[in-house]
Amino acid sequence: MTQALDVRNVRASRGSQEVLRGVTIDVAPGEICALMGTSGAGKTTMLRAIAALGPFDSGSITVDGFELTPGVVPPESKLRVLRRSVGMVFQSQSLFEHLTVMDNVTLALIHALGWARDRSETEASALLTSLGVGHRASAYPRQLSGGEAQRVAIARALAPDPTLLLLDEPTSALDPARRGSLGEVLRALAKEGHALLISTHDVDFAEAFADRVAVLAKGVVAEEGSPREVLSDSTHADTRALLRSPSAEPRE
Amino acid sequence: MHSPLRWGGDAEGGAPFVEADPANPAKVRGFDVEIASMIAQALHHDPVFVQVAWASIEASVERGDFSIGMSGVEDRPELRARHAVSIPYFEFREVLAVRFADSARYRTLADLARKRVATLGGTGAYQMLLDLQPRGGPVAISYDDDVHPYSDLVSGRVEAVLLDNIIAERSLKRTSGFYIQPVPVATGHYVAVLARADTALRDSVNAVLRARMRDGSLEKTLRAWNVWNDSEARYFARVLADSSGGNTASAAQGVRSVRSYLPALARAAAITLLLSCLAMALAVAVGIAVAAGRVYGSRVLRTPLAIYVEVIRGTPVLLQLFVLYYGLSGIVRLPAFLAAVLGLGLNYAAYESEIYRAALQAIPRSQLEAGRTLGLSEAQILRLVRGPQALRLALAPMTNDFVALLKDSSLVSVITVVELTKQTAIYATNIGSWVVPGLLCAAIYLAMSLPLSRLARRLERKWSHA
Repeated sequence: MTQALDVRNVRASRGSQEVLRGVTIDVAPGEICALMGTSGAGKTTMLRAIAALGPFDSGSITVDGFELTPGVVPPESKLRVLRRSVGMVFQSQSLFEHLTVMDNVTLALIHALGWARDRSETEASALLTSLGVGHRASAYPRQLSGGEAQRVAIARALAPDPTLLLLDEPTSALDPARRGSLGEVLRALAKEGHALLISTHDVDFAEAFADRVAVLAKGVVAEEGSPREVLSDSTHADTRALLRSPSAEPRE
Repeated sequence: MHSPLRWGGDAEGGAPFVEADPANPAKVRGFDVEIASMIAQALHHDPVFVQVAWASIEASVERGDFSIGMSGVEDRPELRARHAVSIPYFEFREVLAVRFADSARYRTLADLARKRVATLGGTGAYQMLLDLQPRGGPVAISYDDDVHPYSDLVSGRVEAVLLDNIIAERSLKRTSGFYIQPVPVATGHYVAVLARADTALRDSVNAVLRARMRDGSLEKTLRAWNVWNDSEARYFARVLADSSGGNTASAAQGVRSVRSYLPALARAAAITLLLSCLAMALAVAVGIAVAAGRVYGSRVLRTPLAIYVEVIRGTPVLLQLFVLYYGLSGIVRLPAFLAAVLGLGLNYAAYESEIYRAALQAIPRSQLEAGRTLGLSEAQILRLVRGPQALRLALAPMTNDFVALLKDSSLVSVITVVELTKQTAIYATNIGSWVVPGLLCAAIYLAMSLPLSRLARRLERKWSHA
């Protein structure tokens, strides 16, 4: 089966510090993979390298058949294919503050894909409705609650129909009830055939909604498997550290 | 050691009136300087020169900056209505200067219907042109100095210059290439002006002047400065024969009413507004381009743009206007209004570009990255995401600059554009008071800037989506 994402032996540095030391992960279409690890484990660095927002030093990253090479990030003109295949939801959402929800979602359709406005708005409306924020189409980002903003950010990333959707700490700003409903939304997306790679240190969330968990520690994938295997019965020291970490505790 | 007698004049007006002494630039010389000394000595005082802008001599003497103003001050009814004025000590002729090629065509003002005729603002000649203008006469072009009317005549920006014969002859030595029509358009007189209440000193001054005309020392001074001729001799004889005081100016004309200035003021306000709007539009367009170049461009592009911004910001806009209008006139002869728009626009562009640059750099990187992951090109991100957000940040400082530009537009009077402040100054000089014109002018500026600030606040509120 062809993978939506295939990361092989990737090394990457942040400043002078090497944070990824040979990471290998793959995600299949229809699969939700939770990339876990304590703060500073390199989750965001990994996601940024896959989205071609940051460089990596060696190894290879292949998204939907498009291979990214190590070294400086290529110019946007050489990333057209990748951009169509990868959607990203930022931790801070990064919605465009000067545009309405509708305009946030249609921006890529109209300007990157060249769709007509009517068609784009029909598509965006359907997407927003399916994510439960159809009634907020004319609002501006500042008027949205945290949960609404998260869903709009997902709708924006999904609008061009990417094969792979990256989500960076999507639950960090949500209360437990909203985490659950976000999980349902993500499951539905996987069911449609999207591949999802979610960076998180939220153990409950990963346990409830991920198909697979990869624990990042000391720059490599320390443990990988189903949530039950990894998170419930782990004997691995790094995973136990993650389970004990303060950020994972308040929910207990 | 005598007590000082302070007298005011403008050394920028130059010889033969008052000029800085080449041998000792701290001192002044000229026939006005010598006449002032004659007066001071006769009254047992030491003359002390006070430098004052020519157009401000009357206002300055009235507020007591000095006792006597004399620096080619022209006798006119308004002057006599508002100040104490001496007997005229010199008769000049208003003469027409034209290019050689036009010497047969333009002999009198009547030949110059609807043609551009230059003169010094605030003079009798300017008033004469303004009076003729509504009746199909020449179009008066006002200058703040007496050098550029002649250089602009030679370069073809104006068709003729109307000024007194002394200035015309002096300019002929500096700027060749024009011809002075021998038949004068009118005659006028130079006088000393004193504060309205200072009639006692005025009478003493008159007595001294008459005595020096009689004993020939005034003639000697005027001869020394090459401004003596037969008509001057006839004029002196007339003054001495007329014991009433040689007051040749009639008061028949009277002081113009406030109302008669309103149309000119309204027109000047429209020019200020149009000029400011065009200059601001240019500043915004160029400012955005410069800012984008400095944020996105290569070093080869960034360096000249940085130099442009620093040079423009580091030098006075007045100097830039002079260079653009006069300095470049050998290469490109810009019309005054266009030069004003370009000068102010390019000056403000430097400031605007810094505002936009800061605003562009203030947009979080994550906003740009969000645009990239959506597949937008860098140009699209600038146009659709970064630019619009930066513009919202820049709105408040931009409004501030536009209000500043409205007021800075008054500087363009140095390149002959008569805008609101210049028109107000003309008006104030004519009626002899700044109170009404000043209030009126301030009200018009406020009427232009306040709605703008309101509009900006409304936009800011709309954009805040609070």
